[in-house]
Amino acid sequence: MSQKSRLDGGLIDRSRPLSFSFDGKNYTGYAGDTLASALLANDVRLMGRSFKYHRPRGVFSAGSEEPNALVELRSSARREPNTRATVAELFDGLEASSQNRFPSLRFDALAFNDAFSSFLSAGFYYKTFMWPAAFWEKLYEPAIRRAAGLGRLYGKEDPDNYDKGFLHCDLLIIGSGPSGLATALTAGRAGAEVILAEEDFIFGGRLLAERNLLSEQDGSEWAATVISELQSLANVRLLSRTTVFGQYDHGIFGAVERVSDHLPEPISHKPRQVLWRIYAKRALLTAGATERPIAFENNDRPGIMLAGAMRAYANRWAATASQDIAIFTNNDDGHRTARDLSAQGVNIVALVDCRIDAPPSTEFEVLSGAQVVNSRGRLGLKSIQVQLRDGSMKELACGALGLAGGWNPNVHLTCHKRGRPIWNDKISAFVPATDTDPLLRAAGAAAGILSTHGALLSGAGKAIEALKELDISARTPILPKAEDAPVNIAPFWYVKGGKGRAWLDLQNDVTVKDIKLAHQEGFKSVEHVKRYTTLGMATDQGKTANIGALAVLAEMEGKTIPDVGTTIFRPPYTPVSIGAFAGGSRGKEFRPYRLTPSHKWAEEQGAVFVEAGNWLRAQWFPIEGESHWRQSVDREVIAVRKSVGICDVTTLGKIDVQGADAAEFLNHIYCNGFAKLPVGKTRYGLMLREDGFAMDDGTAARLAEDHFIVTTTTANAVPVFRHMEFCRQCLWPGLDVQLISTTEAWAQFAVAGPNARDLLQKIVDPTHDISNEGFPYMACGEITICGCLRARLFRISFSGELAYEIAVPTRYGDALIRRLMEAGKEFDVVPYGTEALGVLRIEKGHSAGNELNGQSTAAMLGMGRMVSQKKDSIGRVLTGRPHLLREDDYRLVGLKPVNAGDPILSGAHLMNVGEIANAANDQGWVTSAAYSPHIGASIALAFLKKGDQRLGEVIRIVSPIDNLEIEGEVTSPHFIDPEGERLRV
Amino acid sequence: MSDQILTPLAALGDHSPRIEKIGSLTIEENPDLAITSIAVRHRRDKDLQTFLMPALGGELPSPGRSVFTSDVSTIWTGVGQWFLIASYAAHPDFAREIKSLIKDTASVTEQTDGWVVFDIIGNNLIPLMERLCNLNGKAMMAGDTTRCLIEHLGCLIICRESFRKFTILGPRSSAASLYHSLVKVAHNVA
Repeated sequence: MSQKSRLDGGLIDRSRPLSFSFDGKNYTGYAGDTLASALLANDVRLMGRSFKYHRPRGVFSAGSEEPNALVELRSSARREPNTRATVAELFDGLEASSQNRFPSLRFDALAFNDAFSSFLSAGFYYKTFMWPAAFWEKLYEPAIRRAAGLGRLYGKEDPDNYDKGFLHCDLLIIGSGPSGLATALTAGRAGAEVILAEEDFIFGGRLLAERNLLSEQDGSEWAATVISELQSLANVRLLSRTTVFGQYDHGIFGAVERVSDHLPEPISHKPRQVLWRIYAKRALLTAGATERPIAFENNDRPGIMLAGAMRAYANRWAATASQDIAIFTNNDDGHRTARDLSAQGVNIVALVDCRIDAPPSTEFEVLSGAQVVNSRGRLGLKSIQVQLRDGSMKELACGALGLAGGWNPNVHLTCHKRGRPIWNDKISAFVPATDTDPLLRAAGAAAGILSTHGALLSGAGKAIEALKELDISARTPILPKAEDAPVNIAPFWYVKGGKGRAWLDLQNDVTVKDIKLAHQEGFKSVEHVKRYTTLGMATDQGKTANIGALAVLAEMEGKTIPDVGTTIFRPPYTPVSIGAFAGGSRGKEFRPYRLTPSHKWAEEQGAVFVEAGNWLRAQWFPIEGESHWRQSVDREVIAVRKSVGICDVTTLGKIDVQGADAAEFLNHIYCNGFAKLPVGKTRYGLMLREDGFAMDDGTAARLAEDHFIVTTTTANAVPVFRHMEFCRQCLWPGLDVQLISTTEAWAQFAVAGPNARDLLQKIVDPTHDISNEGFPYMACGEITICGCLRARLFRISFSGELAYEIAVPTRYGDALIRRLMEAGKEFDVVPYGTEALGVLRIEKGHSAGNELNGQSTAAMLGMGRMVSQKKDSIGRVLTGRPHLLREDDYRLVGLKPVNAGDPILSGAHLMNVGEIANAANDQGWVTSAAYSPHIGASIALAFLKKGDQRLGEVIRIVSPIDNLEIEGEVTSPHFIDPEGERLRV
Repeated sequence: MSDQILTPLAALGDHSPRIEKIGSLTIEENPDLAITSIAVRHRRDKDLQTFLMPALGGELPSPGRSVFTSDVSTIWTGVGQWFLIASYAAHPDFAREIKSLIKDTASVTEQTDGWVVFDIIGNNLIPLMERLCNLNGKAMMAGDTTRCLIEHLGCLIICRESFRKFTILGPRSSAASLYHSLVKVAHNVA
């Protein structure tokens, strides 16, 4: 199809035609086009439907502020909704489709909403659909959601990669228009580390869209010259297709680089987008300004757009929305647009200037003191109605209307840390407050300096100022001569008197009347008006809408615009895809895994793994013939009790504690005594928090007078280490003690069961006596195994059986488990996983994470007497609070079902027989439950009020959500070997 | 009994270290490092320096720095704490050697198998470093060392040669995850 509305010139590469489709229809554009410019060149004005009323809409801007031309790009899993056609770089084969319409863009059945607009005014959803209440969830809300909304997600996983990264610089420059380039040139030549970020795919900003010369050069040529020099400087980094979307604390900026968005799909292994965190010592906002429209009745038809955007399309992309264009302005910049379009051969039907003293023109008719009051054209502008200065009406046929209401500096990033902009009467716009942020300055149009000459000078000046603070000396480069036109503007926000709707926020279908209605209904704060009307929400965040609405609100309030104030700007400046935020952290790579030393071997055995924190632990080891996990777990438990089993317990935290005062340190850390623990012995220890509640438990083994190995639970390895470091550094800096984690350094295996010693004796070098006499219960020591391999042996037991934990340097962990399994064949050794580990410890009555839940005291755990009163330790004092010592508090007990076949579920609550099952009658809860093959029934540990005094009592075990209610007998928590004889044989 | 020498595995689970070449980059697992932590005892700083001076040929490095000699690398890891690194083949029980050398002037802890070590070599590693962590890789000179997160993992990053050679020590149990990140990023920037 021919490009009917393509003009001459522009920065497009006509030697590289590109095919693309929109709503299934094929078109041709050129390299350098955006989707919007290519569609305009192909005479397509209708590009979307509005959010609420499904009004036909066309492209409104030429940049990231676009409210209307939102499209879905690409297809299937790469489909990306809500993409602005104005910033979508054209590539060969690009598929685009309109969104939020049914069945087609030209005929949208949902446009019936528009006929009912009087019922859908501001805040309608707060006032309507109130009755009957039950209809809201099932009828009203789904229907509203179906009718409203933007694009659709495809529902399949995005196949592309996203990455993140970190950059550092002296000066971050945000935007590469004239002020940005002058800044970069100044700072780059001074040798500063500079990052120049530009959201467009060509550097130059507004210079690319203007016809004014810089000295003897086109603006785009000068920009290219500067960029060429900057590229030659090693200290300057140029980031195109990169939007700096937010300013955060301490000079940190967020930016997204669209590495592959301009390609059909990313090159192999390359990311689609990269999210950069930029650490900048100083930053300069040179992000330019956004033009604002003037509202009037029916001002939303396709073809009505910002005048500056028309100029950009004509000058940069050689495209026009129509050959017959009118301009409606309140300032001189509208005249510039008309001149540029006229120079491109476009017919200027008329320039409507609301100012009585509008400058005349010899090139086109200027209607001074006039206003555009209405428009016609269902799917595209056909004519405008103009009220002339004398009050008479005139109908002008035109295919497009440019609106030039003045320019708003893009102050957004200066407000992300709660900075508030200030009003500048000269340009009738908000500008960044000066001197409020030492890290981020603004220059050029972003600072309200709207001439090219001013932008160049301010960019260089601000660069010198910022670099001076970093002790970097810089000089103003020789800058080209550029236009320095003053801003002549008569503030004019909307045309009064029309009966129809004058649109302020095109994306959210907010009209002048909506703002007035909101005000009448009591919403006077600008923040309230925003939320009540949805003004300034969604993808464009009201970049072209907010100021007009503020003006209406100011008028209603009888205040000035600065007195009304603005809503606060927050990151992101433009939408950032969730994929970019996620980076590589998705799917299996959502977080790093930790693998145990025996992981490879366990995989070979077909182990079933469970995530424990970041660890992957073997949960059980199924063997042939086992079809249910309980079969495997029961077998493993029985094997341990009967002979011997091996479990990888590397995940338990290991903290190396050394120093002349190591024993005293641990004496303070644990509530029970450690000062007198002999060398070669291990002791169970309970650690309390300052508030007296249990923090963690574990063991401490004394390898030498000044050397302990502390073990923690898997989950608390890091918190305990952090706690101990805090104590060491802040509470007792005078103690000579040093800490370091050795969790990863040692592969540690529990070898448990009556034959544990016999098995170990086959691998422990004979120079070491591990007999019951030579290495009794709770002994520890450094040994060698398998021919002089260094190892550590601890005679400790979590299962209640004769048991050891043996540790070797991690690299030997795999070999050790293989060796133990080989050597254990004669004992029918089994590996056991975390499930069997859990059953074994419940049978023995050992507490674990379920019992150490942050709300349990030593007394509740049955360890109240362990809290030594003969020494000071963390938590000792507050353990003595009366509330924690009351006799009716919970105590750890065991539970057995009265009927052996009844299951007990963890989390179930305990109720007295005969009482209603409710919170008031609650007697406690089941913390851990398991089927015990040893007992032949379900067993559990539980916290029960006065539990230690209720042994033998029958109690109800109730779990309404599981539909469970059984009777259980309160027992000792020690279901097996309560005297501990098995441990000591 | 004394029956056999157990066969060690490298951190990535293979019998030999993994080497990956991606473009001009090489990522090399280095298992031949014996790592020992020393943490100075109270008021024994001078004694520790005295004992170590002959082996290190100078003083212990200051915060953020490492010192390399032909036999031993020394890395500052915290207040009064350093890692000493030597060849594992030459020093299979390095911690014991160090303990006998410095006696009770510092607490000595074996750290060899607490870490996976990757040497990364290339003509310009800055693009890779930028994607990995929030260090200013460009500003790192030989000997600069920093503890830093890479994909949630606490790592030690040592600059061996500006731009061209970095050593990364990461937690051994997460060796596979760290390696995955390194390789993925290397492909991204290659």
